[in-house]
Amino acid sequence: MEMPVPDTMVLSAKARIVARLRTVLPADAVIDDVAETRAYECDALTAYRCPPLAAVLPRTTAEVSAVLRICHEESVPVVPRGSGTSLAGGALPTADCVILGVARMNGVIETDYDNRYIRVQSGRTNLSVTGAVESDGFFYAPDPSSQLACAIAGNIAMNSGGAHCLKYGVTTNNLLGVTLVQMDGTVLEIGGPYMDPVGLDLLGVICGSEGQLGVVTEATLRILPKPEGARPVLVGFDSNEVAGQCVSDIIKAGVLPVAIEFMDRPCIRACEAFAKAGYPDCEALLIIEVEGSPAEIDEQLALIKVIALRHNPVEFREAADEDQAKRIWLGRKSAFGAMGQINDYMCLDGTIPVSSLPYVLRRIGEMSKAVGLDVANVFHAGDGNMHPLILFDANKPGDLELCEALGADILRLCVEVGGCLTGEHGVGIEKRDLMGVQFAPDDLEAQLWVKDVFDPKWLLNPAKVFPLSVTASRRAA
Amino acid sequence: MQPTSEAELADFIRSATGPLVVRGGGTRSVGACRGAVLETGGLSGVALYEPGALTLVAGAGTSLAEVEALLAAEGQRLPFEVPDMRGLLGRTGDSTLGGVVAANASGPRRVQVGACRDSLIGVRFVDGAGTVIKNGGRVMKNVTGYDLVKLMAGSWGTLGVLSEVSFKLLPVPEAGATLILPDLSDAQAVQAMAAALGSPFEVNGAAHWPGQGTFLRIEGFTASVAYRAAQLQRHLAAFGAVELEPGTARWAEIRDVVPFHARAGDVWRVAVKPSDAPELVARMGAEAVLYDWGGGLIWALTAPGSDLRARLGVLVGHATRIRGDGPGAFAPEPPGVAALTQGLRAKFDPRGILNSGLMGA
Repeated sequence: MEMPVPDTMVLSAKARIVARLRTVLPADAVIDDVAETRAYECDALTAYRCPPLAAVLPRTTAEVSAVLRICHEESVPVVPRGSGTSLAGGALPTADCVILGVARMNGVIETDYDNRYIRVQSGRTNLSVTGAVESDGFFYAPDPSSQLACAIAGNIAMNSGGAHCLKYGVTTNNLLGVTLVQMDGTVLEIGGPYMDPVGLDLLGVICGSEGQLGVVTEATLRILPKPEGARPVLVGFDSNEVAGQCVSDIIKAGVLPVAIEFMDRPCIRACEAFAKAGYPDCEALLIIEVEGSPAEIDEQLALIKVIALRHNPVEFREAADEDQAKRIWLGRKSAFGAMGQINDYMCLDGTIPVSSLPYVLRRIGEMSKAVGLDVANVFHAGDGNMHPLILFDANKPGDLELCEALGADILRLCVEVGGCLTGEHGVGIEKRDLMGVQFAPDDLEAQLWVKDVFDPKWLLNPAKVFPLSVTASRRAA
Repeated sequence: MQPTSEAELADFIRSATGPLVVRGGGTRSVGACRGAVLETGGLSGVALYEPGALTLVAGAGTSLAEVEALLAAEGQRLPFEVPDMRGLLGRTGDSTLGGVVAANASGPRRVQVGACRDSLIGVRFVDGAGTVIKNGGRVMKNVTGYDLVKLMAGSWGTLGVLSEVSFKLLPVPEAGATLILPDLSDAQAVQAMAAALGSPFEVNGAAHWPGQGTFLRIEGFTASVAYRAAQLQRHLAAFGAVELEPGTARWAEIRDVVPFHARAGDVWRVAVKPSDAPELVARMGAEAVLYDWGGGLIWALTAPGSDLRARLGVLVGHATRIRGDGPGAFAPEPPGVAALTQGLRAKFDPRGILNSGLMGA
């Protein structure tokens, strides 16, 4: 993966830059020792690594502002980092960058149940936002599978989703306001605990901008009352097409499950071997979860059962109790771990129109066979967000390249059928060079304008999202 | 000017020599700006409707009524409950999808499903230089590049002229019911609405119409609506009697601000933190108010020419004058934010010809 040539002026000024950072941060918040900076050399896209020039761990908005002002003056690129769980390389450093980690900013600032919001520092983990309000009957809805570790800052940067967004939406639909520190150190309040922005919806474009427009230090998040209960069913089919049709029929019938998860045979087998959840050995498996009171759940599941049985499933499994419900989810929740057990894998994230599901699965099967790498599919079927897992051997020369090429072809296929490159992981460096597949030059140019306005010197996370060739003149300016 | 294709729209804008006033159906425009009128009604037609994928793609000039009828035939709808502003603003004509998006028009259901921008998944538009730009697409989950879709929603035609819009849809529920708390003060009403919205019973409308009552809406499968209605009645017992009215017919009146239709005066739309609402209303000196979104939206009727913003003072939120004369329909932005929005406008509309001066300029 090509990265920009580090700025030698910055590299040679390391001592001065670090000394200046030490004037505005406590000693333990500036890391420049080569061995220690290695802890920040990659995120969850571990195939690519590069230790940064230095890393800083501020505790307040004022400290973030002071750091950014110095980096702005010194023309040092800054790569913001939440918890470093990006699968797209969103927090991958360059050798001339300062990593700005928000992990120490993890407090709850305000909880307001009457107005249903919580204000937190952005380094707080996703799950601990829910943790702060759970005992009072509330939760924060977006639930990326890394929610135990991932930070709200990263969720906002990538506009993270999760298994339950069919009903609750993704981060942007649950974000009310942010404190944004601009690259020159200016602190702005955007949005707040009210609905509708003043003027343009800047919050909407900040969310999902992959840390390129500013550093979010605080966020006001919408919290929701917890549903009375939730219950999954498991439905097995002997064909992907039929499973896809079943999803479509459920949606058309007016039932809105909170989650519809889909696993194909390679994935079912791997999960079964790993987690022994007792899944049927079939071609396609759906896990459908609905919410409400026990009576409401019964009513919705009865309707789903009628629809599913019309498609002759090989199995329709209901959960009689909490334990059986857990077993239904067990395999799905361990899918990534199961894959990691048997192989190295690359996780894709394209989204497709739900109607193209059977075609896309068939094509992925053909492409996988042609290249000789197995692909297991697990995804959010209700919204078309696919997660094909390409299995490869990192120790085998050429396998990573083969895998990346297959991944790129699968993403091109997603765009071809009317979908997109990434549904919830973000572009990062991973899909940067495919942006031209989805966007015409004018479409990209309009996005670059936004970056020009927010970060005229192009210092914030500059090597991400857009092909380097497209941004070269701006980064050099 | 009434282009009938996106290419023609781009030509018109590219060759424009002066300011343009962008106009969909003209049913919900706010404020005033001058220039040659550019009507988008010719950019009409549904390009794609997949009920099984809850997705609609249509030309920006497509009639809202036509789309609503098409969706209703499949038992689906636009989630965000588009208000009909014709009665309030004294307009006629057909609302267009593009106008709905440009205004980010959202009704009572916003408390549950979000605003228009939350259901908008893709746009095509022509910027102020005449360049066609697309963003988003037709899928529900999409984080590929910057989200200009959100930026276009509620930009009132000042960044570009929409040519095509895509929405995610929701099924129309089988049943609905309205709970009415007849005699609450404004402060009690906001508390009752907060209690209802903070319950697990999926309230998707919470409005207070002083003199008429406090209204809560629930929708879903028949048995579920009955169950939740009963639970809510119990949950809100501390606020006095809770009457149950079958159906949801009353919500069109709230959505369209019917109580102000026959009355003269300026109309303001004030977005606030819900619990602040009663105290702000006391400061407003309004002739009438209607609370929606659990108190988060205040519709206020004031004497013509009143400076409501001056009366409100420092405010967590903002006020837009929806009806009334003179400049300043949109609230001024804080300085740092204004610099960003002016920067964006200069990029998207370098000649400053699109609805020039309408918002924050």
